[in-house]
Amino acid sequence: MYKYDAIDRQLVNERVAQFRDQVRRWQAGELTNDEFRPLRLQNGLYIQRHAPMFRIAVPYGMMNSTQLRTLASVARKYDRGYGHFTTRHNLQLNWPKIEDVPAILAELAEVEMHAIQTSGNCLRNITTDQFAGVAADEIIDPRPLAEILRQWTTFHPEFAFLPRKFKIAISGTREDRAVTWFHDIGLHLKQEGGETGFTVIVGGGLGRTPIRGQVVREFLPWQHILSYCEAILRVYNRFGRRDNAYKARIKILVQALGVEEFTRLVEAEWEHGKDGPATITQAEFDRVAAHFTAPAYDTVGAVDLPQDKAFQRWLERNTHAHKVPGYAAVTLSLKQHGVPPGDITSDQMEAVADLADRYSFGELRISHEQNIILADVKQSDLHEMWQKAKAAGLATPNIGLLTGIICCPGGDFCDLANAKSIPIANAIQARFDDLDYLFDIGELDLNISGCMNACGHHHVGHIGVLGVDKNDAEFYQVTLGGRQGNDAKLGKVIGPSFSAGEMPDVIAKIIDVYIENRQDDERFLDTFDRIGIDPFKNRVYEGRAHGKAKVAQQEAA
Amino acid sequence: MMAQLIKNHTAQADSWLTLELAEGQSPETVSLPAGDVIFPLAVWQARKAEIISCHKRIGLLLQPDERVEDIAGDLDYFIVIAVNFPKFVDGRGYSTASLLRQRYHYQGELRAVGDVLHDQLFFMQRVGFDSYALKEGKDAVYALTAGFSPFSDGYQASTSQPQPHFRRRA
Repeated sequence: MYKYDAIDRQLVNERVAQFRDQVRRWQAGELTNDEFRPLRLQNGLYIQRHAPMFRIAVPYGMMNSTQLRTLASVARKYDRGYGHFTTRHNLQLNWPKIEDVPAILAELAEVEMHAIQTSGNCLRNITTDQFAGVAADEIIDPRPLAEILRQWTTFHPEFAFLPRKFKIAISGTREDRAVTWFHDIGLHLKQEGGETGFTVIVGGGLGRTPIRGQVVREFLPWQHILSYCEAILRVYNRFGRRDNAYKARIKILVQALGVEEFTRLVEAEWEHGKDGPATITQAEFDRVAAHFTAPAYDTVGAVDLPQDKAFQRWLERNTHAHKVPGYAAVTLSLKQHGVPPGDITSDQMEAVADLADRYSFGELRISHEQNIILADVKQSDLHEMWQKAKAAGLATPNIGLLTGIICCPGGDFCDLANAKSIPIANAIQARFDDLDYLFDIGELDLNISGCMNACGHHHVGHIGVLGVDKNDAEFYQVTLGGRQGNDAKLGKVIGPSFSAGEMPDVIAKIIDVYIENRQDDERFLDTFDRIGIDPFKNRVYEGRAHGKAKVAQQEAA
Repeated sequence: MMAQLIKNHTAQADSWLTLELAEGQSPETVSLPAGDVIFPLAVWQARKAEIISCHKRIGLLLQPDERVEDIAGDLDYFIVIAVNFPKFVDGRGYSTASLLRQRYHYQGELRAVGDVLHDQLFFMQRVGFDSYALKEGKDAVYALTAGFSPFSDGYQASTSQPQPHFRRRA
């Protein structure tokens, strides 16, 4: 993976000193709260329900074991011994003290980590596919360009104060695993006539106004991504709305102008930057790409793996095709039933670091599904590794299944949330704790967000759950049929919302309708697409008064 | 108390007066003060000939939503262009400055005015500002000591460094 050189190290160290000075001036009253807020946000520091929440970047999800051990140590020393992986390649600490953050940043800088631009109205962390470099269906490894983009976004002088946050995702596989249709900019690598480039998608996003992105350019040769992103950002920085935070994302600008006019502005802007100094040189690409060369794989033949059922289940769900024969990519599940999804203790981080060192060349990745991937495990090591992962609580065989829930921290931690999300996830996991049944249900993405900001990506869950506030009480709206990938689309709202207590039953009824209706090997989504939303709606609201009937009932009571 | 002008690496007195339209005044009829005056865009557009005839040294004030393209042909008239930051989190002025310097090759003084604070000076300098009306009450001495140099370099191409870092590697 990428190793800092002199300039990278220098800038990160200078950032630590800068933030230490900003905290000092804020404490001394030289910076007002309003003046300090954007500065701390651009260092990942929110003021939250219980304490500051601190968000550390894991650029494009790549980490080594040393870095993970440092995160474990930081979480233990400055927090309560655990952290939370988000859907955008970040680790969040829930309880650090503001005055400790400069010291935390200094410890992170030692291992080439930082919290630069992990929140605030600026260019955020670049995200990509967790199987980059090893996926069997990969066209091009997106990581060198992700790193080049990371550097370009870091302290960009023109775009430090955008109308709103700005997220870029890059994917290099046939099947998009980086949610590129729902980012401010989605870059989908492709090859055309022997040339490598991107489809440039702009104006997607989840959140309050979920919109699928639109193609602004079908094919952009890779050398031009920085100048093209500059053109997009300049149009957005100048013309994006700043009068209303809810209307300030680039998706609103693209909608307001129409994609044709937006594209015209971007292309006109790009005419000036095209072939300019921001054009990426082959030398720079090669320099960065040299950091992402394949590890020293052994030549290994096929192996017979033990047949025991629990192990086979884990193999089925938690291991993935690898482009090198005899190897597999492994997902360590952070979705153990009863634990907040995405949470990991310091002890577990250290266990993962040990596994990475022993079995996967000392490297790991974070997925947007909030799990950890060991990308290069020898198949002959899988059984031994599984036993160790199991002992650490990291081998729940539920990747891609109903209980492998994507979930935001929700109302337990987050100030923005309208409702709690973790208890809903845990209640559903408890209800579907039978592994035979869970496997029988098969592939199903259940995503939960505690508010319309959609950090839990509920819109693209096959089943999506959104926490809403109704007269100061927590309720949950359910959507069906959402999906990520190449055919990404938004789920449809099934009807009026439910109380927390109703949610496990609601999910159970939805699953019942699927099981009763499925044909052959249909997955949940296939059945849903064939029979539509009505059978689900009818079952879920059966015998439940709503609309006029509910009003009548309330009036009678 | 006035904003403090930082220019040429020193805090100095500001010889320029900025014309502000009071309630009820219009660009067409406002009386034009003598001396070194920074005119709002609307006044410049309405009274260009008059201003040129009676002012040797002319300044222009651009608001965040005013387009550089609209005065691209007039740049040679201005000794100073002031770009207003009504709030420091309104980042449009960075694009205004980048365009003035990089696309239209404006060579005169480019001044950041308004909510100009210590922690934005580095970015402002990078996009091409060369004078800064630091907000009143802020420490100009400390700004001069530390505000322009939190970072020793930058990755991107910018006005102050037209070559991105990757093109300057040994």
